[in-house]
This record gives sequence, C-alpha cells and structure tokens, in this order.
Amino acid sequence: MNPLLEVRNLVTKFYTLDGVVHAVSGVSFDLQEGETLAIVGESGSGKSVTVLSLLGLIPTPPGRIEQGTALLRTPLGQKDLLQLSKAELRDVRGGQIGFVFQDPISTLNPILTIGEQIKETLTRHLHLSAEKAKAQVIKLLAEVGIPDPEMRYKAYPFQLSGGMRQRVVIAIAIACNPHIVIADEPTTALDVTVQAQIIDLFNRLRRTLGMTMIWITHDLGVVAGLADRVMVMYGGRIVELSTVDDLYERPQHPYTAGLLGALPRLDSQETRRLVSIRGTPPDMLLPLRHCPFSWRCDYASERCWQEIPELTSTAPGHEVACFYDMEKGGLRDG
Amino acid sequence: MAEQNELLRVVDLKTYFPIYGGLLGRKVGAVKAVDGISFSIQRGETLGLVGESGCGKSTAGRAIIQLLRPTAGHVFFEDVDLTTLKGEALRRLRPRMQMIFQDPYATLNPRHSVGKIVSEPLRLQGLMRGHELKDRVAELLELVGLNPAYTRRFPHEFSGGQRQRIGIARALSVNPSFIVCDEPISALDVSIQAQVVNLLQDLQERLNLTYLFIAHDLSMVKHISHRVAVMYLGKIMELTDRNTLFDDPLHPYTQALNSAVPVPHPSVERQRRRFILHGDPPSPAHPPVGCVFHTRCPLAVLECSASEPPLHAVLPGHFVACHLADTRGGSKISI
Amino acid sequence: MALDNPPYQHDADSLLDIEKTWAERLAYGGRFLWRDRSGVLGIIIFLSVVIAALFSPQLAPYDPLAQDLRNNKLPPAWNVGGTWEHPFGTDNLGRDIFSRIIYGTRVSLTVGFFGVLIAATLGMIIGAIAGYMGGRIDSAIMSLINLILSLPYLLFVVFIAAVLGRSLLNVILIFGITDSPIFARVTRGEVLRIRKSGYVESAISAGARWPRIIFDHIFPNLIGPLITLATFEMSAMIFYEAGLGFLGLSVPPSVPSWGNMLSNGRKYLTSASWIAAAPGLAIMYTSLGMNLLGDWLRDVLDPRLRRSRR
Ligand SMILES: Nc1ncnc2c1ncn2[C@@H]1O[C@H](COP(=O)(O)OP(=O)(O)O)[C@@H](O)[C@H]1O
Ligand SMILES: Nc1ncnc2c1ncn2[C@@H]1O[C@H](COP(=O)(O)OP(=O)(O)O)[C@@H](O)[C@H]1O
Ligand code: SF4
Ligand SMILES: [Mg+2]
Ligand SMILES: [Mg+2]
Repeated sequence: MNPLLEVRNLVTKFYTLDGVVHAVSGVSFDLQEGETLAIVGESGSGKSVTVLSLLGLIPTPPGRIEQGTALLRTPLGQKDLLQLSKAELRDVRGGQIGFVFQDPISTLNPILTIGEQIKETLTRHLHLSAEKAKAQVIKLLAEVGIPDPEMRYKAYPFQLSGGMRQRVVIAIAIACNPHIVIADEPTTALDVTVQAQIIDLFNRLRRTLGMTMIWITHDLGVVAGLADRVMVMYGGRIVELSTVDDLYERPQHPYTAGLLGALPRLDSQETRRLVSIRGTPPDMLLPLRHCPFSWRCDYASERCWQEIPELTSTAPGHEVACFYDMEKGGLRDG
Repeated sequence: MAEQNELLRVVDLKTYFPIYGGLLGRKVGAVKAVDGISFSIQRGETLGLVGESGCGKSTAGRAIIQLLRPTAGHVFFEDVDLTTLKGEALRRLRPRMQMIFQDPYATLNPRHSVGKIVSEPLRLQGLMRGHELKDRVAELLELVGLNPAYTRRFPHEFSGGQRQRIGIARALSVNPSFIVCDEPISALDVSIQAQVVNLLQDLQERLNLTYLFIAHDLSMVKHISHRVAVMYLGKIMELTDRNTLFDDPLHPYTQALNSAVPVPHPSVERQRRRFILHGDPPSPAHPPVGCVFHTRCPLAVLECSASEPPLHAVLPGHFVACHLADTRGGSKISI
Repeated sequence: MALDNPPYQHDADSLLDIEKTWAERLAYGGRFLWRDRSGVLGIIIFLSVVIAALFSPQLAPYDPLAQDLRNNKLPPAWNVGGTWEHPFGTDNLGRDIFSRIIYGTRVSLTVGFFGVLIAATLGMIIGAIAGYMGGRIDSAIMSLINLILSLPYLLFVVFIAAVLGRSLLNVILIFGITDSPIFARVTRGEVLRIRKSGYVESAISAGARWPRIIFDHIFPNLIGPLITLATFEMSAMIFYEAGLGFLGLSVPPSVPSWGNMLSNGRKYLTSASWIAAAPGLAIMYTSLGMNLLGDWLRDVLDPRLRRSRR
C-alpha cells in the first residue's frame, strides 16, 4: 500500500538579516496509514519547520519552501501539499490534517467559548447544521476527557487549566476525522502528571479512531511509549529513521547514541555518569558541506568533514546518515 | 544522621504572598506558596526538591537563602538562624550561599560583559581587584568549561548551555558552601543537560559543595541527588533517599509522579502499567483542608479531608505525610 | 581536573573566534541599514529638523516676520504665478512661508525637547518610587496615574492652557507635567521587571546594596525603553503644540510657530490653501520621521533583540 503521506526532499530556508537560516535541508519520509511517527531532536533542529511547511504555515517572508513534494493520499487521488493554494490549504488544515501545538493559548481564541470554537471547525469543514454541530461538540468534549461537557461548552479558554485547554485543542484537531493528526510538542508545557493524562488520551484515541499521527517532541521518554517509528533530526536533516525498538536497542547514529546516553533512567539504581555530547548545537546559518554532527562527534573521520552522509538503509526499517558503523567499529561500506 | 555534619536546617518554613483586592487594595487573602516545610541538608550532600510547577519549589529555595524573607519559621545555616539576621550581618553571610537560576537568558544582565558578570560578587564583597580579579575570572571560566578568552563578550553571544555555565561561574566566584540550583537544566537541550549535570557533580566533588537541587524532571533529580523531597502545594509529601523514593515510595503522590514519568525504553514502557492521576493541582490560594492531596488521591479516606497528616518517619530516614503510610504498605496504590 | 572534555577546546564555539573582515563588517552594516531603511529615513528627517532649528538664521532666506504686502498670498514656486524666490509662497501678510517653516522648527523642537525632559524626569522619579517601594505606595501612585491617563488628554490640556495663558514656558510645563504619567508607568514596569530579574537577585545574593543595584542594573536597562518612549512622546508633543497653536492657545501669535501658521492659514483655506498646507505638511514630516526613528531605536537599543547564538 502506498503511504498516506510521502514527503520528498523538503528544503525550507529563512532569509534573515543575519543570513540564510537553513532550517530544513532535504527531508524525506513516508507516513503509513495508522502509524505514529515521532520526530525528535533538539530545539532548532527543524522539527517544527518541517511540519509547518507541510501545513502551509511558514511565515513568508522571511521563510521560503525552496524544494520538495509532499503527496497526501486522499479519496480523490494524491495531492501535493506544497503546491496547494492558500484556500485549499485552509481546507486541508483542520479538515484532512488536524494539528495540536505546544501552546494551547496561541491556538485558541480568547474571546470565544470553547464550544463555539469547536463548532466553527465542524461547520466550516463538515457543513453540519448548528444543532447537529452542538451535539457533536459535546460528544467530542466528552471524548477528550473534559468533565461536564455541557457546562464546559460555554467556558472561555482562560477559565480552563493548561491541561484542559490542550484537550480542547485536541478536540478541535480530531473534530473532522482527519487523516492525519500532527502534534508539535503537545505536552512540553505541561506537568508530568498532566502530560501522562494527555499521552494516555492520545493512546486511547489512536486505538479507537485508528489515527495516523506525527508527534514532535524532544523527550525520548515520551517517544518510547508512543511511537511506532522515530525520525531523529539534527541540524535540519534526518540523521536516523527507524522503528522505535530498533532505535533504542541499536542506535546507529553517534548523535542518537549520545542522546540516549545522556538520559538518566528512573527505573534503575545505577549511578553511572551521564554520557554528555560535547559542544553546542549547530549554527543553522552556515551552509553545510560536511556532516552536521562532525563538530561534536567522537567518531568523525576525514570523510565526515568532506561530504554530507546520505540517509541509507542499514537494516530493515532502519536508516541512518553516518559514515561510521557503530556496531562494526569502523567506516561503512569498506 | 551525624549532627556535626549538618550544614543547613530548615524548620517549619512558611512563605505567603499577600493577595490584594478590592477598591482600596486591602489584603484579601494569601498564596501559601510554602506552607511549613522542614528538612536538613548535610555537608557535601545534594538534596533534590521535586514537584509540579507552582508547588513552591523556587519560593522555598529563595526563602532559604533569604532572597525572600520567610513569613514564619527558621533557617539554620551552620547553626546561625538566618531569619533573625538583618542588614550587614546578613550581607556578610550571603556569599556563602549562592543560587543558580533556571532561565539562562534572563539571569545575566544583557548589558554586562561576561567578565563583569562573573566578577560581580567578588567586586561587591570587595575581595579582589586588578590583576588578581582578572586571573580569578579566567580561572573560574576555565573551571566551568568556558574559554577564558571570552571575558569581553556579552551574554547574547552565547548558547543556553554556555550561559548556564556563566551563571555557575558567577555563583562559584565567592567560594560558597551551599548552592540552590533552581531548575538549572530545565531550559536546556537534552545533550546539553548532561554536560551541566556532570559539571555540577564534578564541582561538588572538587569543592565539597552542598546543593539544594530543584527540578521537575524526576529522572534527573534521582540521578543527581542523595536524598529527595517531594513537594505538593507548598508542603513536603515525602522525603527519603533517592533509591527508596523511586523503588519503594510510600506517599500516593510520589507513586503517581513516578508512574507518570516515561521511561526511555520502548519495551519497558509498553509493559508498564501506569497509574494516572486525575485533574490538576488546586490553587495554593485555596488549598484543600486536611491532606492537601486528598482531592486527587485515589486512596483518600474520610480522615484525609478532616485532618492534616504530619510529615513523620515511617521508617528511619523515610518521612511521609500520609495518614495511610505504614510499614505494611497501607498507602500503596495497586494497579 | 575531573571535568570531562572542556568543551571550548574543540568545537562550534570556536566560531566565536572567527573575526570578521572589514569587507564582511561593511556588508553586514549595509544589510543592517538596508533592512532598517525606514529607520535611516527617520534619522535623516530628524536631523534635517534639528539642523533647521539650529541654523534657522543661516538657512532661512527671509526674516520670518518681515511683511511684504505687495507680494502677499504668492503661491508656491511650482504653481502658476509662483516664484522660486518664495519657494513655499507667502502668506496673507506677504511673509515668506519657507522661512517661517524653518523658524517654526525652533518652537516645535523646544516644546518637544523640554517637554519630554520634564515629563521623563518627573515620570522616572515617580515611576521608580512606585516600582521600588511597591505595596500601598505603589497602588496609590498607580491609581492616580491611571486616573490622569483616563482623562481626555486634549481637552485636559486645552483647559489648562486656556487658564494659564499663552507663553512658551506654559506650554512646556503643561506638556511636561501632563505627559509624565506615561513615563512613570513605563519606568515602574521596567523597574518591576528588572527587580525580579535573575541578575538583580544574584547581585543581592552576592551582597549588593540597593544604590549599587540601581546604578549597575536598573538604570542601564531603563535607558533604552525610555529613550524610545521619549522619541514617540516628543513627536506627540510637537503634534499637540501645533494643535494648541491652531486653537490660539500656544505661543503668542507673533511667534512663527507651525500651530500659529495653521491657525492663520485656516482663514484662507479656499483662496490660498498653501498657507495652511505648508505647516500641516511640516508637522506630518516631522512626526513621521520621529516615529520611524522611535521604531528603529526600539530595536537597536534592546540587547535582547540582538542576534543570539544557539
Ligand atoms: N520565522 C522564522 N524566522 C527565522 N528563522 C526561523 C523562523 N522559524 C524558525 N526559524 C529557524 O529555523 C530553525 C528550525 O526551527 P524549528 O523547526 O522551529 O526548530 P524545532 O526543532 O525546535 O521545532 C531554527 O534555527 C530557527 O531559528
Ligand atoms: N512574587 C510572587 N507574588 C505572588 N505570588 C507568587 C510570587 N512568586 C510565586 N508566587 C506563587 O507562589 C506559588 C509557588 O510558586 P513557585 O515557588 O515559583 O513554584 P515552583 O517553583 O514550584 O514552580 C505559585 O502559585 C506562584 O504563583
Ligand atoms: S558521519 Fe561522521 S561525524 Fe557524522 S555522525 Fe557519523 S561518524 Fe560522526
Ligand atoms: Mg519546535
Ligand atoms: Mg520554579
């Protein structure tokens, strides 16, 4: 079966005073129906810009999508998200693709009740009658775990806690039975106990609605329990793309391995020293001519400073962009 | 525990913020940010302080080193009660206790150079000047892993992790013995967090520092601390050594927190049966009567909403504030 | 040393050490100005007004008060019947409008400059007291300030001006006093923000006394926002001064000020519209320039907006 979404060679840049920010440089991935793909990476690695490009939400100027295709499979055939007009994109957003951002405050309109905001999505995309829409809204509110949905229908965003607001945003995202839900750090601003509630909610929705999801986070713990596949980004590129189990058991990129080593574990008693990755994240202003990680990499060799490693398959369902073979302990392909 | 080794003792510390309201700006209530906490810290020890945002961690840290004057209670630092000190006496003691702040962007004066920032405490205390001061700044920068040649640069030229190092160098400049680390790594990227945590641990070893390490990231607190206190709504719920707290927690809230933290291991994570707490923490302006946790506690009984459980030793060195806590697992949540 | 890999030795940080060549610096400066070309325009406009005020006698072709009734109501040079001897034409008494516009900058800038000076000084003192003392005193001061700011400003000013009578000093005092609440409010906000900042807390925890903190931390961080505000307020005062002049409430009618010129020109709107149009355009020109300048200063003076390294 062909993938639900097929992104090829996405390049997005920002033309700023300080120079050109190479935010996303050649990102390609597939999203299969029903799966959850996690995008992980440090702040500034291009995670948000990748999905914002797909949603047509890059501020232009200074941003510009320079290259790429993003084919979305729909009942009416494929369409390239990057070629759509503004009006078509508006239909896609909230219709075929639902999205949840880190900060619910900026997504919700402060002067409308939450009920009205969800209803608006329903009437705009599904053309439901007012009465039907209201019934549907109350059903949705219950589905995302908001107590007293009838009463909360009339609540304003400021009257809700952070966790409740994020639930409202989720309700809007799933209101129109989207093909894909994109969540950009939806739990980063929340406390652990509330984060656990929201993750639990997503897991439930995933099961009951068979939802396809892209989940952006910098938290490798969250990814472990949620994702089917993981895409690790560094410096605007994908450095590793793998099934979740393989990634945690056999990380193949020095960066991924470093990240996993940098995490303390709650479930073990050992007091080993954390593995730290030296140096700082890359400066996105520099056009890259070598591996983006070579500054910080312990395994960097001559070749790493001369060309950019391509994403290549090393095992079924596991791709990595690195010249060094961590398992073999030497350069790849002889 | 060995009394003579105790560096700091906090006794029933309270810090309230008045709420003004009405037309005349009268006091209409108080946010009980910190509401009676007690613990002690040994020399060279790291005490972790965890809890969700707004539970009073930062306020506690500030009140302990007298950046905020507490509403009630005592803080004994080497047997001197800081809460009774004023003016010059307090000022002279201040260099002994320093703080590292959460936001590496807001804690460095954007108009001062790194050299000026790091040397500020030394200049204020009139401890050094001229060449001696310059050398000391270079030494400090090197100590925290920054290029000593950067003294003339300004904070905005540095990354978040580097700024945090500058903040650490500033705190260390006056040779403190006690440092409050208020979420020093929360704003940093994962790969940088490990650098800073390792740095703090190295410094502790080299300079025999004592830390109060505040964080909301349980895994990191467990990693760096010797003992951990769990706070909820201005009160300490549980206090014990790190391994007991995570392997055998007695307070229902601690158990819920533990269960909420994802483990970075897919197969472990998938098999974990987790217990999910409902709702949000109540407002510290109107804390529940009785046990402050009873509104969210799955085990709450009638007594919990009637009387407040004191923080008491259930086992030696293991303090719990729960009516049900006993050695037979009366406060264990079964999942 | 127990530290693992001191990170400065080998990595991206060393980018900090790459010194820029002169060509790169010039290019950067050029790009900077080009992106902020509206700011550059603001600077040019502002400087042109200042120069006109400082060198009015040298720049003005005529005495602004000299009447020439034979040549009255001459249209501007580019109109039929106009002459380059009076580029902006003459008014009903045959006075050269161009010269009067140039001399008019003196009144406008004097009012703007001294008005803002007084407002800023008063405002800073009041705002700093409110922000520093906090509590009751703060609430009381802020209530008063909000009360004043909620009055209809122009009406308020017109009333006082009418009571006090026409003089330059009165106008300056009126603007200086009535505008001080805005400065007080901004100062208080900044003082509160800076007081709570980590760098002030860390100075306190290092044993700093308050005068030191005010001098080292609060004051330097206050200057930027206040200069920016001063620019906008000066522009507003120039505008309002002209308004008062138009109503006949500013400087005496004999003084060549833009407001007086407007007021005078109003009577000839149909027959000689340029008499009113010239000061009107001058006011627009100046306030446009100062607003552009203010926007630019806001960006330039805020170190937080400078590019930060990740
Ligand atoms: N509006 C913008 N203008 C300029 N640069 C931007 C803009 N948005 C993002 N960037 C830059 O693009 C890069 C990638 O950003 P982003 O995708 O937001 O990172 P993250 O992985 O944290 O989501 C960063 O270097 C960021 O500074
Ligand atoms: N200066 C202040 N004035 C009023 N309320 C405050 C102030 N500082 C903190 N609070 C309140 O006290 C409570 C505890 O805050 P804080 O100590 O910052 O929590 P934490 O550090 O655990 O997130 C919060 O409800 C917060 O709103
Ligand atoms: S390609 Fe080279 S530098 Fe890049 S991560 Fe792999 S080994 Fe390190
Ligand atoms: Mg992002
Ligand atoms: Mg805090």
